[in-house]
Amino acid sequence: MNTSTNIVYLIALPLFSSALLMLLGRKADKWGHIFASLISASAFFVGVTEFFAMCSRPEEARAVTQKLFTWISVGDFQVDASLLLDQLSIAFVLLITGVGTLIHIYSIAYMSHDRDQRRFFAYLNFFIAAMLLLVLGDSYLNLYVGWEGVGLASYLLIGFWNQKPEYATAAKKAFVMNRVGDFGLSIAIMIGFATFGSVSFSGIEEKVGGASETALTAMGLMLLLAAAGKSAQFPLQAWLGDAMAGPTPVSALIHAATMVTAGVYLITRSNFIFDNAPTAQLAVVMIGIITLLFGAIIGTAKDDIKKVLAASTMSQIGYMILATGFGPAGYAFAIMHLLTHGFFKAGMFLGAGSVMHGMNDEVNMRKYGGLAKFMPITSITFGLGYLAIIGVPPFAGFYSKDKIIETAFNAGGLQGVIFGGSALLGAIITAFYMTRVMLLTFAGNKRWASDAHPHESPFLMWAPMAILAIGSVASGYLLYSGKAIVKWLAPVVDKDHHEHVEFLPPIVVTALAIAAVVIGVSIALLKNRGEQSESAPSDVSIWTRIARRDLLQDDANEFLFMRPGQEVTKALVATDDRVIDGAVRGVAASAVGSARGLRKLQTGYVRNYALLILIGAAVILAAMWVVTI
Amino acid sequence: MNPTNYLYLSAILFSIGAVGVVVRRNAIVVFMCIELMLNAANLAFVTFANMTGNLQGQVMAFFTMVVAACEVVVGLAIIVTIYRSRRSASVDDASLLSR
Repeated sequence: MNTSTNIVYLIALPLFSSALLMLLGRKADKWGHIFASLISASAFFVGVTEFFAMCSRPEEARAVTQKLFTWISVGDFQVDASLLLDQLSIAFVLLITGVGTLIHIYSIAYMSHDRDQRRFFAYLNFFIAAMLLLVLGDSYLNLYVGWEGVGLASYLLIGFWNQKPEYATAAKKAFVMNRVGDFGLSIAIMIGFATFGSVSFSGIEEKVGGASETALTAMGLMLLLAAAGKSAQFPLQAWLGDAMAGPTPVSALIHAATMVTAGVYLITRSNFIFDNAPTAQLAVVMIGIITLLFGAIIGTAKDDIKKVLAASTMSQIGYMILATGFGPAGYAFAIMHLLTHGFFKAGMFLGAGSVMHGMNDEVNMRKYGGLAKFMPITSITFGLGYLAIIGVPPFAGFYSKDKIIETAFNAGGLQGVIFGGSALLGAIITAFYMTRVMLLTFAGNKRWASDAHPHESPFLMWAPMAILAIGSVASGYLLYSGKAIVKWLAPVVDKDHHEHVEFLPPIVVTALAIAAVVIGVSIALLKNRGEQSESAPSDVSIWTRIARRDLLQDDANEFLFMRPGQEVTKALVATDDRVIDGAVRGVAASAVGSARGLRKLQTGYVRNYALLILIGAAVILAAMWVVTI
Repeated sequence: MNPTNYLYLSAILFSIGAVGVVVRRNAIVVFMCIELMLNAANLAFVTFANMTGNLQGQVMAFFTMVVAACEVVVGLAIIVTIYRSRRSASVDDASLLSR
């Protein structure tokens, strides 16, 4: 494999900038945000250069590596800190640095009134560096470092306004739930090392044929747990909604476009494991379907615009996970949906931020209404993202989602019908709740707070939105024309060039997908016609109430894990108190008690001692006499 | 005279001394009883020396006298001091350990 010397700059630049901004402190306040944005842009530039260099090479020589140093060397076991830039990583590199740079630029305007703006940009750069390490590491161990790094960045940025206790709690919740998934990753690495004696992707892939299916399934399930934690998939999905406590650009970058898709990357990167572990693949599909419906249902019930977008992110990542569960047939479409989603969801989050910017940070959509006239650019960019996410042809989401639904049907038989049907149902619900967002925010009657003066956001904010909107329109066609993405990724995810069977003709699936969109949009139009009230109706069915409570996800976690956990803690404290401390105290008490008894022997009377000495002497003499006889 | 009789005398004197130490309360009497026990031992030493015909027992008797003399000096000094502080020569009164 070819080597390159430039890959490390992708990570080193933002890492250096982040460290610089944090170490300089307030001294860098004046130029920190500009510097960080330029660094991010230069990382993007490096990425683009590498991309064109990669395109100019023949297909089998496209992947390049760079060894930085030997990290661990114990006997035969050696781990290098080395980077791998192949067709899969470069797609992520371009997404992370590209969308990242746009969001840096947006944040210059969005965060301009925040006194900790510099710290914000330092964290953003740190996130970019960690995320790039995640996608560029050539072994699970290198990936793990980036994996933890993005978790830390996410924690720092969710809790960026940690002066509010509930925001700090949200950050903690995200971190703890992520750690649960991280345990899955570390166990997967251990299983991988125990089975293959290696932790690098290439090392494991070479030996994967000789491993037992049990080991592969175990490793696959643990990787799935890791993916579920990072990508907010069932059952570790509950943190994403609360993660919206962070500043909106963070939600756009970390909790929509990049970090939460790390799970999809992990599964795609581990394709050699999953392709040989059908049970784990089925689990991946199930998790994907559960989450895509789960997120979509929550999305229908929320009034907080950011929470709707978060639920929708959860649901869209569910689609990606679903696609990865179909093996070589699905990986490329998962990545394609990930890229298009990166454009339209980041664009919509930035749009939501722009709306909040104009509405005094109001997030309740019931306090919006009729904003299209006052925020024309925001409403157009948001609208293009909306058309993309619900899958209207020829916008980006149509291509990617349609292909995922088609792949789901192609699983064949009853399974395929169930998978495809669920994905179609998800598409209907998506169209419904996103239309509701559009109607409540940009159309209808004004329901503003009395002091609201909506206005269009400054150029630095709408320019990134416009670029992302262009991406939402065009990226699907560009990625799919001539099956570009499938051919591009084939050397990584589909080395054997599988033939894909077709269960339904593609045209039928496309028709079904479009029908789903029409149905969803029509229901939303019917349900939301006429005047909207400023508060959510309270005389609603139990199902609506459950959906408003995030389908009881927090209640379930509390009931299943938190309360038993507290009980275990209480029991442990009691054990410590009574058994362990009790044993120690018991020993001490028995020593005191026996001393109290023995003390009685010491009377203080001389005659007493004399008598004892006499008796003792007599006993010794008697003993000697007995012995000599 | 049969030297065994000296040994009987020595044993009787020792027993009287031992009983005296245990039963009497007056420190001076206790002290005298201790002296009696020492001298009973001396008598036994000298008798054994006579019986075996060598001088080792007599040498030991001198040692005992020296030790007894030292003991009297130190012991009487202690008894006098206790008497001064407690106005009593009873050995039972000299117990400071509480029950």
